[in-house]
Amino acid sequence: MKFQEEYRDPRVAGVIAAEIRNTVTRPWTIMEICGGQTHAIMKHGLDQLLPDSLELVHGPGCPVCVTPLEQIDKALAIAAREEVIFTSFGDMLRVPGSRKDLFKVKSEGGDVRVVYSPLDSVAIARDNRDRKVVFFAVGFETTAPANAMAVAQARREGLDNFAVLVSHVLVPPAMEALLSSPHNRVNGYLAAGHVCTVMGWEEYEPIAEKYQVPIVVTGFEPVDILEGVLMLTRLLEADDVRVENQYARIVKREGNLPARKLIAEVFEIGSRKWRGIGEIPMSGLRLREPYRAHDAEAMFDLGDIRTEEPAECISGEILQGLKKPNQCTAFGTLCTPGTPLGATMVSSEGACAAYFNYGGGNG
Amino acid sequence: MDNKEGFGSCPIPIAEHDTVQLGHGSGGCMMNDLIREMFLDRFDNEALSRREDQAVVELGGARIAFSTDSFVVDPLFFPGGDIGDLAVNGTVNDIAMSGARPLFLSAGFIIEEGFHFEDLRRVTSSMVRSAEAAGVKIVTGDTKVVNRGQADKLFINTAGVGLMERPYLLGADRIRTGDRILINGTVADHGVAILSRREGLVFETTVESDSAPLNGLIETILDVAGDQVHALRDPTRGGVASALNEFAETAGVGIRLDETRIPIAGPVRGACELLGLDPLHVANEGKLLAVVAADAAEAVLQAMRSHPYGGAAAMIGDVVADDPGRVTLRTQLGTWRMVDMLVGEQLPRIC
Repeated sequence: MKFQEEYRDPRVAGVIAAEIRNTVTRPWTIMEICGGQTHAIMKHGLDQLLPDSLELVHGPGCPVCVTPLEQIDKALAIAAREEVIFTSFGDMLRVPGSRKDLFKVKSEGGDVRVVYSPLDSVAIARDNRDRKVVFFAVGFETTAPANAMAVAQARREGLDNFAVLVSHVLVPPAMEALLSSPHNRVNGYLAAGHVCTVMGWEEYEPIAEKYQVPIVVTGFEPVDILEGVLMLTRLLEADDVRVENQYARIVKREGNLPARKLIAEVFEIGSRKWRGIGEIPMSGLRLREPYRAHDAEAMFDLGDIRTEEPAECISGEILQGLKKPNQCTAFGTLCTPGTPLGATMVSSEGACAAYFNYGGGNG
Repeated sequence: MDNKEGFGSCPIPIAEHDTVQLGHGSGGCMMNDLIREMFLDRFDNEALSRREDQAVVELGGARIAFSTDSFVVDPLFFPGGDIGDLAVNGTVNDIAMSGARPLFLSAGFIIEEGFHFEDLRRVTSSMVRSAEAAGVKIVTGDTKVVNRGQADKLFINTAGVGLMERPYLLGADRIRTGDRILINGTVADHGVAILSRREGLVFETTVESDSAPLNGLIETILDVAGDQVHALRDPTRGGVASALNEFAETAGVGIRLDETRIPIAGPVRGACELLGLDPLHVANEGKLLAVVAADAAEAVLQAMRSHPYGGAAAMIGDVVADDPGRVTLRTQLGTWRMVDMLVGEQLPRIC
C-alpha cells in the first residue's frame, strides 16, 4: 500500500493548494458527489487549504445515506425471521429504521452477519441450504458489479435459498435532479472516481452540456481531490463546461466494460426512492426477470411497509448540498453517531458523521 | 464546534436501548455510558470513582493496586499470542499503569463442553510463560464447565494485586498543560492481527499482536523520571483515541497530536485503509501512553527506546490549555481535525 504516500505528500498538496488560490478570481460552489470524498476532505482538513471564495458542498454519494427508510424497515423485517441469515456490509447495521436497527435485531436473536463481499453471502448460502440467506445490496454503480456477480453465481449454482434486497441507485439521474432544482447553487462537480471506474464518464458529457457545468472525475486521496478542485476551478474560470478526468490512473473513458456488461445482464434501470430526496425517475437498478427468484422482496411476504422520515432530520437538504451538517439544530445534540436521527450521521461516508468525527474548526 | 460542547463525556443516552448491544462492550462511547449508569453510580465509592483501570486501596498499612479483566477473544490463537498471554498481560498491565508492582494473579476459566485438552494445555502453557516474564504468580483460580453452546470454547477472567511502593500515584488527575504524550511503539497491531486472522485477510507480511507485559518498561520509566511521569494508560479497546479522550476529559485539558509522529507499521496502515478503520481506534495489547512533564520527556523517550518493548517509542503530542476535553490532530498536510472516541461497535471480542 505504498502508493498512498505520494498522494498525501504535504509538499505536493501545498503546491496545488497555492495554484488553486492563484486561479480563483470569483466565488464558486463546488459539489463533491461522493461521500468517500467528503470524508477525505474532512479527515485531511482539505477545506482549510482552499481560499474562502471557494465553497465545497457535499453531495448525495453515500449509498447508506440514500437508502430509504422503508428499505431499512424491510431489511429489519427480513432479518428478524427465524429461517433467515441476513448479511450486510457493516455500515448498514447501525442505520436506524423507524423503530430499531439491525444491531437491535441481532441482539434480539436475529442471525445478522457482516460480510466484506456479496460473494461471502453466496458462500454462506451454499453452506446453509436449509436457511434463507439474504444480502442487503445497497450502493451506487461501484458495488453493482459484485452484487450482479453474486446473483449470477447463485443462479448458476441453483442456490434458490439466496436472495438480495436491492436498493441500488445511479449517480447521473441524481445529478440531473439536483441541477434541475430551483434551489441549485452548484457551479461544478467533482464526479466520483470509483463510480467512473465502473461506468466511465461518457454519460456525464450530456449533463455538462445540458446544464452548462464542468465536471472533473476525481479520486479520493488528498492530492487527488486538490488536483480535481484545481482542474475544476480552471474550467470554471475559463467558462469551459468540459468533462475532464483527474483519476486517469484508474478511470478510462468507457469504464470497465466487462463489469458494465455484467450489471446490464442482471439488472435493469427503474425508478427509485432516495432517502431525503424522494423518488427520482429511472435512478436505480432492479433485478431483471430471469433473476427475480433471487429478489428478497419476492421471496418474503413483507406486506405493505411504507415509512416516513423523522421530521427533525434535514438529511434531505444535506444530501442535496443545500445545508451543511452543522447548520442542523439536532447536530451533535439530539443527533450523534451513537443516536443518529438519519443515515448521514451513521455511514462512514455520511456528511454528518464526517463533520462529527473530524469537525475541527468547521463546526 | 460549540454545539458539540460536552461531548467529551459522550452522553449516548442508554435509555435509547432496553437491551445490551455489542457496542456496549466496544471500549468507546456506548461502553462508557453503560459503565457510568449501570455500575459507577450504583457501586459508588472513593476507589472506584478514580475511574482508572485499577483501584488503589489501603490494606494493613500497605497501598495495593487491584484490577480484574475478562478475556473472550476470538480466535483463541492468533499471530503473536493467544488468550492465555492476553489474560496475564492484560491484568498485569492494568495494575502496572498505576505505578504499582504486580505480584499475584487469580485465573478463572469458563470452558465449553467439548473443548480440547490440547488447546487448554497450550493456553495454560502460555499463561505460565507470560507470568514468568512478568514476574507474577498465579495463586488462586476457578473452573466452570458449561453446556455446549452456552459459552464459546473458552473464556478467562484474571484478577490481580500489586504493591504501591512508590510515594506517588499515577493518574489522569495529575496531567498538566505543557506535558508531553509518549507511546512505546506502533499502534493498532493487535486489532489488525485479530481481524486479519478472523476474516482470513492476507497482507504482504503477517501482522502480529503486540501482546506484552509492560510492568518492566514502566519500572524503567519511573526509575528515570519518577513523579515527572503524570499518567500512564494502555490503549486497548477503543485504541489511542479513546484513551487520550479519557485523559483530556478527566484532566480538563486539550491534547494535540502530530500525525507524522504516530508510529504505525506499513502493513497495519494498509489493512486499516482497506477495512476503513482509523488506526487510532484500533486495540493495542502491548502499548502504553505516557503523559510526562516536558522536562523529563526526552529522558523517558530514551529509556523507552532502550527497552525491548519500546524500540519504536515516539513523542506524539502535547497537552494544551485550549479545547479542554478534546483531542485534535495536526494532519500530515498541516491541517487540523478532531480525534473522537470510538462510537459503538468496531470489532467485538478483540480481547
